[in-house]
Amino acid sequence: MNKLRRSGNIRFVAILAAVLAVTFIFAFLGLGWARWPLSAQVVWDVLLGGGSPVNRTIVLDINLPRVIMAVFVGAGLAISGAVMQALFRNPMASPYILGVSSGAALGAAIGMLFTIPFIPYLIATPLLAFVFCFGTMMLVYSLSRVGGSTHVETLLLSGIAVGAFISAIVSFLTFIAGDRMEGIVFWSMGSLSKASFMNLSIVIPVIVAGLFIILMLSKELNAMMLGDAHAMDLGVDVKRTRLVLLIATTAVTSVSVAFVGVIGFVGLVIPHIVRMLVGPDNRSVIPLSIFAGAAYLVICDYIAHAFSGSVGVMPIGIITALIGGPYFIYLLRRRRHQVGWT
Amino acid sequence: MDMIIDVRDLSFDYNRSPVLDGVDLRIRKGEVLGILGPNGCGKTTLLKNLNKNLQPHGGCVMLDGEDLKDLSKKDIARDIAVVPQSNEIRFAFTVQDIVTMGRMPFMGAFSGETSQDLGIVRDAMERTGILQFKDRHINTMSGGERQRVIIARALAQTPSVLLLDEPTLHLDISTQFDVLDLVRRLSDDEGLTVVIVSHDLSMAVRYCDRVMMLKDHRVFALGTPEEVLTPENMREVFNVDAVLEKDARNGRDTVRIFGSCTGR
Repeated sequence: MNKLRRSGNIRFVAILAAVLAVTFIFAFLGLGWARWPLSAQVVWDVLLGGGSPVNRTIVLDINLPRVIMAVFVGAGLAISGAVMQALFRNPMASPYILGVSSGAALGAAIGMLFTIPFIPYLIATPLLAFVFCFGTMMLVYSLSRVGGSTHVETLLLSGIAVGAFISAIVSFLTFIAGDRMEGIVFWSMGSLSKASFMNLSIVIPVIVAGLFIILMLSKELNAMMLGDAHAMDLGVDVKRTRLVLLIATTAVTSVSVAFVGVIGFVGLVIPHIVRMLVGPDNRSVIPLSIFAGAAYLVICDYIAHAFSGSVGVMPIGIITALIGGPYFIYLLRRRRHQVGWT
Repeated sequence: MDMIIDVRDLSFDYNRSPVLDGVDLRIRKGEVLGILGPNGCGKTTLLKNLNKNLQPHGGCVMLDGEDLKDLSKKDIARDIAVVPQSNEIRFAFTVQDIVTMGRMPFMGAFSGETSQDLGIVRDAMERTGILQFKDRHINTMSGGERQRVIIARALAQTPSVLLLDEPTLHLDISTQFDVLDLVRRLSDDEGLTVVIVSHDLSMAVRYCDRVMMLKDHRVFALGTPEEVLTPENMREVFNVDAVLEKDARNGRDTVRIFGSCTGR
């Protein structure tokens, strides 16, 4: 009797290795870019403990937190997209498309513009982002429910409508803030330039905790992709699992948005490409999305720097939207021809 | 005969209107039980209460002497497997992926399937005749093939009870027989307890040891097909003019339906 094998293990490891290699190469390149590039030799010297004090400051204090931020935010946004697509059984769901990133941005903007009594700024901003993000998700979801079921089109439309409305409020807040908030404009376009080790001390624990919870529930997520009834029949406590997953993705999305602004389309593009490579099993999709998301943002950060001129470094959100927008349209077009999900 | 599921005075409401009202039912170990009734009589609701997909508003359901209320969904899924009414799956999972999900109730959060799990999965695919399809994508398969995959998944749960909700609804006629022959064989060979919800009277006679008729949210009749499927009961519950008669070719009982009773 020939034995069954777990499908796709070797492929998974090979792809993971390739993604990690790419991440490290572009992370290294990224360490050499601030406003202008340093040579690889200089970066290497600094990493080995040498280099001039100026170069050490640039590489370790300015560039390193930015690259680390790209890694964690990329991982977080990609996995949030993967979870939402599975939960809503919709290949086009992502924090950006469903407007929940905008919700987080509104919370964060309020946190930045107004002083919240008794809570330190570093905590208040992501906390408000979380509250508004979760509220927006609930609003979009309930708007899209028609007679007890959610349709793809209504979900996307409610997300886009709510997202546009909330973005307008954020723009309004940005406008009345005037010069008071230097950098809020950059933030609202999605930019890693304000990354610091102080910010990372909040971002990393939240994202790592979120990723851990989501990884733990990836089997349940598989069952829920078949439908709630299937999942219940397989022993999944659907209501509780869904709530835990929504809280985890909301936390991950909102902490990212609070510190780097709205970086769109990562959660759409990455899980989709990963699924094309390894199939729909979330036990592969989730871990690979973590690393592929990290690689993607590190690469986009590199591109943002490489294409920046005298005006300054381009916000990374522009790059991800330039790549993600056409990809979204491609998905929409393809959906008309096939119902299946690759 | 031992009983495995004991439904006591079960009530369930949807938006305050009763769907089930004081249902009592003892399901015996190893039997094939048919739950019959017209559309909307609460058959599916009853089935969903049997594995805690819905929770009773009154009364209780006991599994092997334990109240389902006190068992987790995961515990229940180790004993009770379900073949749901709709099995349309839009995602490109392979057949093996889907059948392997049947082992979920036995796995921990970070553990994958063991070689023992894979053995059970293989066995389930073999018994349902889908082993040669194991690498095909579920979203490219026909309704009948998908039904087999879902039955294989249910078998991979190594359940003692199998619940089927309208298992033949979207199938070709010949596939309907294939699927039910398979289920009957599993019960005969392995002592699996099977509960089939259906409105197909001929199917019930052919495959069920006992049948139960639901009407007006309550148990209307319960017993062997001969006892329950009388012309009076069939008229009362299904509004059809029908008789149970012996098939001249093989001497088996069969239902002959002459037509609706409306207007007669």
